[in-house]
Amino acid sequence: MKEIFLIAIPLLAAGAAFAWPGERTRPWLLPAAGGLHAMLALWLLVNPPVLAADAWFGFDPLARAVLPMVSLLFFVCSIYGVAYLQIRPERKNRIFVTALLVMLGLLSLALQAQNLGLLWVAAEATTLVTVPLLHFNGTARAFEASWKYLLIGGTGIALSLLGSFCLGYASLHSGGNGNLNFTALVAQGASLTRPWLITAWVLLLAGYGTKMGLAPMHTWKPDAYGEAPGMVGALLAGGTTTMAFVAILRVKQVVDAAGAGAMTERTLLAFGLFSMLVAALFLLGTPDFKRMLAYSSVEHMGILAVGAALGGAGIWAALFHVWTNGLTKGALFLSAGNIRRAAGAQTDDKVAGMAWRSPASARIFVVGILAVTAFPPFGVFFSELKIILATFQTNNTFAATAFLGCLLFAFFGMTRLVFAIVDGRPRAAARKTNERFPELPGIIVPPLLFLALSLWLGLATPSLLREAWTAAARLLIPTP
Amino acid sequence: MTIALDIFLRLAVWLLLAPLLPGIINKVKAWVAGRRGPPVLQLYFDLAKLWRKGVVLSTAVSPMHILGPAMAWVAIIAAALLLPVGPAGASLSFRGDALLFVYLLAFARFCIALAALDTGSAFEGMGVAREVSYAVLAEAAIITALLTLCVQSGSVSLATMLAPSAGAGAALLAAGLFGVLLAENCRVPFDDPNTHLELTMIHEVMVLDHSGPPLAAILHGASLKLLIFAVLLTEAVLPLGKLSLLQAIGALVALVFVVAIVIGLVESLLARLAFRRVPLLLTTAFLFCLFALLVAWKGGMP
Amino acid sequence: MNGTMNLLIGLAMGLSLVALASSRLPSVIRAAAFQGMILGTLPLLLEETFHGLVVAVAIGTILVKGFIIPNLLRRALRAANIDREVEPLLGFVPSLLLGAAATIGAAALASELPLRPEHARSLLVPGAFATVVCGFILLIARTKAISQVCGYLILENGIYLFGLLLINTTPLLVEAGILLDLTVAVFVIGIIVDRIQREFDTLDTRKLNSLRE
Repeated sequence: MKEIFLIAIPLLAAGAAFAWPGERTRPWLLPAAGGLHAMLALWLLVNPPVLAADAWFGFDPLARAVLPMVSLLFFVCSIYGVAYLQIRPERKNRIFVTALLVMLGLLSLALQAQNLGLLWVAAEATTLVTVPLLHFNGTARAFEASWKYLLIGGTGIALSLLGSFCLGYASLHSGGNGNLNFTALVAQGASLTRPWLITAWVLLLAGYGTKMGLAPMHTWKPDAYGEAPGMVGALLAGGTTTMAFVAILRVKQVVDAAGAGAMTERTLLAFGLFSMLVAALFLLGTPDFKRMLAYSSVEHMGILAVGAALGGAGIWAALFHVWTNGLTKGALFLSAGNIRRAAGAQTDDKVAGMAWRSPASARIFVVGILAVTAFPPFGVFFSELKIILATFQTNNTFAATAFLGCLLFAFFGMTRLVFAIVDGRPRAAARKTNERFPELPGIIVPPLLFLALSLWLGLATPSLLREAWTAAARLLIPTP
Repeated sequence: MTIALDIFLRLAVWLLLAPLLPGIINKVKAWVAGRRGPPVLQLYFDLAKLWRKGVVLSTAVSPMHILGPAMAWVAIIAAALLLPVGPAGASLSFRGDALLFVYLLAFARFCIALAALDTGSAFEGMGVAREVSYAVLAEAAIITALLTLCVQSGSVSLATMLAPSAGAGAALLAAGLFGVLLAENCRVPFDDPNTHLELTMIHEVMVLDHSGPPLAAILHGASLKLLIFAVLLTEAVLPLGKLSLLQAIGALVALVFVVAIVIGLVESLLARLAFRRVPLLLTTAFLFCLFALLVAWKGGMP
Repeated sequence: MNGTMNLLIGLAMGLSLVALASSRLPSVIRAAAFQGMILGTLPLLLEETFHGLVVAVAIGTILVKGFIIPNLLRRALRAANIDREVEPLLGFVPSLLLGAAATIGAAALASELPLRPEHARSLLVPGAFATVVCGFILLIARTKAISQVCGYLILENGIYLFGLLLINTTPLLVEAGILLDLTVAVFVIGIIVDRIQREFDTLDTRKLNSLRE
């Protein structure tokens, strides 16, 4: 029962953070709880516990395959958070720190949830707890972003509840006893009533797809990522979206077991490729480098969906990609946050020459962009390669072509914008803010750590992780 | 011979009773407002007065200006004759007479509109445009209402359609038909029959240039139309066909009286709607009839 | 029993159309609140025996959906001094017709889906789908934040209606999930509404347009 501490530690720390009196010392709770959480998650990765039958949550192979990544992501971001909150003393951080820790607890709960209803409750709570994080800066634009996030995310989550009910009714209609645990639903398998099952899949895909940010339900993403502090963006792009992806995978497992696997794969492939296309087109046009990261996230969610549509090998590659994308995005969001603060703006008509103004962050940003656009030897290259191999294995040349084409355009779009803000003559307006926000080690080391992790995943993917992904893929696609 | 007598008698009843209804409505309005109001028989006096007067014609008009009101009047009377009265049935009844009923009412409106356009006045043209654009929505509602009754009874003849009640959707149908009644007869939330403020007038605009006997025909036709709709509403809701003749006629008279009072109350208590809100109300009436149709359709299934 | 329930569900479906056709914010709020109250009474009709938990759930739902949330919304309306006119992106007649079409479509969809015998003649499924779609239309076709919140409420009501199908088998989950989310969601939205008023002096979400390509 150690896995319960993955949920309890952050929630207890959140309670402590809420009660903590010191404004300057409170942020230290973040790395403390994050560190404990990460250690526990890695320990569980090495020594997976036995899953209790009929438990509502547990550290099953799928949770094992992704939860340590979220935990690591949070830990490194929390180190950044300490330095970040110290250079932003004008904003009160009680709600921010509490909400971050609650978010970690809820993410751990959602990733481990073995029950359709519990999964939904955790996802809904995550949506709500994200709102104060987005609104941290308190500006009108931050307000706009959190309003859109809440409205679109809330509607998505409402649809996924309706989908959960439909799946519950499918089980009930075919003689189920109201047990909504995934194992029970999978065991019911082919007897699940088909029309209800399809309705449920459509609604759940739309609902959790909104949370994940698949096009065309991605519209909240650029706003939210553009206005949120860098570390919140990193956690959204690596944590919340991973949770939604895992939710989709779990539902897919049930629908596949009922014999509708062809449908789930077709829809996921369509959504995935469409997301990649939309993201590539927007990447070519956007002038804002934080919103660019959002579109890049949409693109990578598309890649995950494509991977999930390609059978066992594809799911293995998608889980690999969850790790590489999440950690690389961490480096990008944190360094983009640094650049944004130093430049005082985030569009290419106001920002230029950041290689001189904030040299370390700019360099990390450029390397990060190369990493995320799949330059070897970074992890993203290998995970995307695996996905392309999976498309060839399933003889889907169309998907492979579209996939590569979108990647190419995304690369054009991102490098265009990145070099526009990094190169050139620095703007005079940036000088003042530059002096206010010097590049302290506290905000440079965490993104570097992320880059190192991404590199390490690419060069030497640990066999432990490979084994964890294989176990998860086997759980989802039982046939060899 | 008996048939001719029957038709003649019914015709006399319809024609004689029709002008009573506006009188009752006006009395109710006066009573709510605390006035004495015009006598109940006021419209009879007006009609008699108009009948004695001469006609003033513009030099621009064609014979259609006179012919229009006359044809409209005849069409409305024909529609009245198609309507059954409880178990006694209609004087004329055949398969599909429900369609003829709708067409006759539409034809009457067409004639009035044509006669109004015939004056060549832009102002009357505007009135016609308003009247006709409301009619588009109101006719959709009434056709749906008749369709509901068709589905309910499995017949397209008014006599059999109206004999039973409208079943489960009766309340919906009544609400929809009442809305249509108010709109078709230019009553308050849609139009104000008393208004003489040019910009707000709809129906009154069209009859502005008429005088003498043609105006009398128009006024009498309007009151007859009001009676027709009140009777239609009553018969659609109540299963009059199942009662004995005397009971049916008693119930019919009582309910038409109630409808008149309700119209009077609506006119006293509601304000006329802003022009652009009217389509919303008519759409609502249409939707009431549509949902009544669905209930009638689905309710019949096991 | 079934007849009364169907009547109430029909009334709830009608109320979502009323909300679509209303041109004043208070009447939209009233329609949503009334709908919530009607839905709150349904669990009592669904159960033959009076179960303590079901009664508690019904009272809780009526209180939250019928009183607390509408009062919060009205307070926001007063506090922010918002103009009471609803400003539609899509006109009232088109939204009403769309809502009616959705209602009919929902009924058609529900007749395609297989139902358990005890639900076969009930309006629960078409009512749920119709209410969800009407809420969705209200959500996307209005500019003011308050009417969007009302649309979200109506959407939630539809989902609650669907949850009643499962109330016998997974009662706690259905109830807890919904009440938690509803209270908190609107609470958060309420805070935001409070904020928006300070930022914009108006609740027009059309002004939320500085973030775009």
